[in-house]
Amino acid sequence: MPINAALIGSGNIGTDLMIKALRSKLINPVWMVGIDAYSDGLKKARNAGLKVTSDGIEGLLPHLEADNIQIAFDATSAYVHAANAKPLMARGVLVIDLTPAAIGPYCVPPVNLREHVGKMEMNVNMVTCGGQATIPMVAAVSRVQKVDYAEIVATVASRSAGPGTRKNIDEFTRTTAGAVEQVGGATRGKAIIILNPAEPPLIMRDTVHCLTADTPDEAAITASVHAMIAEVQKYVPGYRLKNGPVFDGKRVSIYLEVEGLGDYLPNYAGNLDIMTAAALRTAEMFAEEILDGSLQLTAVNA
Amino acid sequence: MNLKGRKVVLHDMSLRDGMHPKRHQISLEQMVNVASALDAAGVPLIEVTHGDGLGGASINYGFPAHQDDEYLKAVVPHMKQARISALLIPGIGTVDHLHMAKDCGVGTIRVATHCTEADVSEQHIARSRKLGLDTVGFLMMAHMVSPEELLVQAKLMESYGANIVYCTDSAGYMLPDDVTARIAKLRAGLRAETEVGFHGHHNLAMGVANSLAAVEAGAARIDGSVAGLGAGAGNTPLEVFNAVLARMGAETGVDVYRLTDVAEDLVVPMMDHPIRVDRDSLILGYAGVYSSFLLHAKRAAAKHGVPSAEILVELGKRKTIGGQEDMIEDVALNLRDAARARAAQ
Repeated sequence: MPINAALIGSGNIGTDLMIKALRSKLINPVWMVGIDAYSDGLKKARNAGLKVTSDGIEGLLPHLEADNIQIAFDATSAYVHAANAKPLMARGVLVIDLTPAAIGPYCVPPVNLREHVGKMEMNVNMVTCGGQATIPMVAAVSRVQKVDYAEIVATVASRSAGPGTRKNIDEFTRTTAGAVEQVGGATRGKAIIILNPAEPPLIMRDTVHCLTADTPDEAAITASVHAMIAEVQKYVPGYRLKNGPVFDGKRVSIYLEVEGLGDYLPNYAGNLDIMTAAALRTAEMFAEEILDGSLQLTAVNA
Repeated sequence: MNLKGRKVVLHDMSLRDGMHPKRHQISLEQMVNVASALDAAGVPLIEVTHGDGLGGASINYGFPAHQDDEYLKAVVPHMKQARISALLIPGIGTVDHLHMAKDCGVGTIRVATHCTEADVSEQHIARSRKLGLDTVGFLMMAHMVSPEELLVQAKLMESYGANIVYCTDSAGYMLPDDVTARIAKLRAGLRAETEVGFHGHHNLAMGVANSLAAVEAGAARIDGSVAGLGAGAGNTPLEVFNAVLARMGAETGVDVYRLTDVAEDLVVPMMDHPIRVDRDSLILGYAGVYSSFLLHAKRAAAKHGVPSAEILVELGKRKTIGGQEDMIEDVALNLRDAARARAAQ
């Protein structure tokens, strides 16, 4: 029996996540929470048979117990996340944070999902779309040899960046840079995001530059990068290496493209897919733990 | 054109936009010397730090000789009348950089976004205004949208707290009529107390003509670089524009001869290569490509054995915008592979 879940935030990310969750064997999306009764996301959720509220988190809390909600995804904004997470965790609901608030530990599935097993965490953070797209590559280099500095450039189509992302642009750069260090394994990290309004919209592009401490082992890094690409492709099939790795002294540059499945926004919005697919994969791992009894959810006062 | 008696505020870019052709390697001593000379010549506003603004230090844009705060702390105490400004591009720099710049004594913050993305600047513009700084909204690559669309974005920046909004011709693509249409639209559509500014590039040698058109249409503040030291074929050469305005009877408060001396005696000797309309910078202007791409394209061309002009044209076709320097090597590699594939056939 799948684990019941609530989706908070009915914007681009929340709606795309809902469509993916409806296909999951381990996660059963029951509630969709928004703040605008007429939003496209809530309309789609209602049509898909979910319960909906446009009263924000307050509209959900009274129903958690009756509907046995054990996992909540928060796809609102960094500013709202803390207020959402507190009452959920206090009621023993595990929170998967898709905002850059980063209250809980970072999770980038192909790099550190297994590290979260058995930790009894009640809040994990999915970094950012740019982080999900690039940190696996930073890790692919840093598992071969020491990376002194890593920098990522994420370029997304303007149409795929909703108001939350736009208001949170500083949080995006800070959170991504932090996770490039903590999860990617670089001593120092930097993140840059660009919104490009071109029509037709461009497919998400991501560039990863690393500076290795010593001369890069080209063969080992190239093999590691290709192996990691295959790992990401398991849950985001449109994750592709466009160019590189390019070696220039101690610089290693990797040029990526992320094409989405077109679940909510069209295929160009790979930034949605890589975030929602990573969040769902993370939730499914926790669901397996809940189902086999190895994870008992406990109320936490954050 | 009658500009007699018009007051125009000149804003020098040589120590910020000029960082691009200097590969961000201007020394602290050069910064202080040039800024002090500009100050003495009467230039009221001077921008310093990395070419891509606060936080621009990176592999993507280039690591500078010194950090932002080092440049600001070196220059600010020497200013007798000029105010120092700093550029901040959301997505590259953050509000943290803004606070740092304010603490270093910066009086003007210019928050720059692509011409359709003004809503990413809300945090930064609002904070800058709250800190009591002269706050500029800077709409880049403004040739890519109509005057009407530019006004919509300018109004957003005004609503966040910008007291002046710029039409920025980052690619040096505009012709005087393009400038007139945009500046006139902004002037008519923004509140009377909100000023309008223009930032030009000289890639089609239109810097002075475009800046005059901007003043005539109602711009109060104009960017230029002494000796034209800026990205692409440079910015509007400030000493030339100042002399033209003086001839026309407009008032800048900047001494024509002293500014010319700064250009000739201090800035031209600093140049690593002549700042002129060469083949590649002409293509920037002709194809509407971000001026800062110039040297990156030349480097990628040399490393991967493809013509820099072809790289720039392809970047234009891909509709790349400011900040997408990472796509330059990507394009170069694709062109190299395509050429190899042709050769193998």
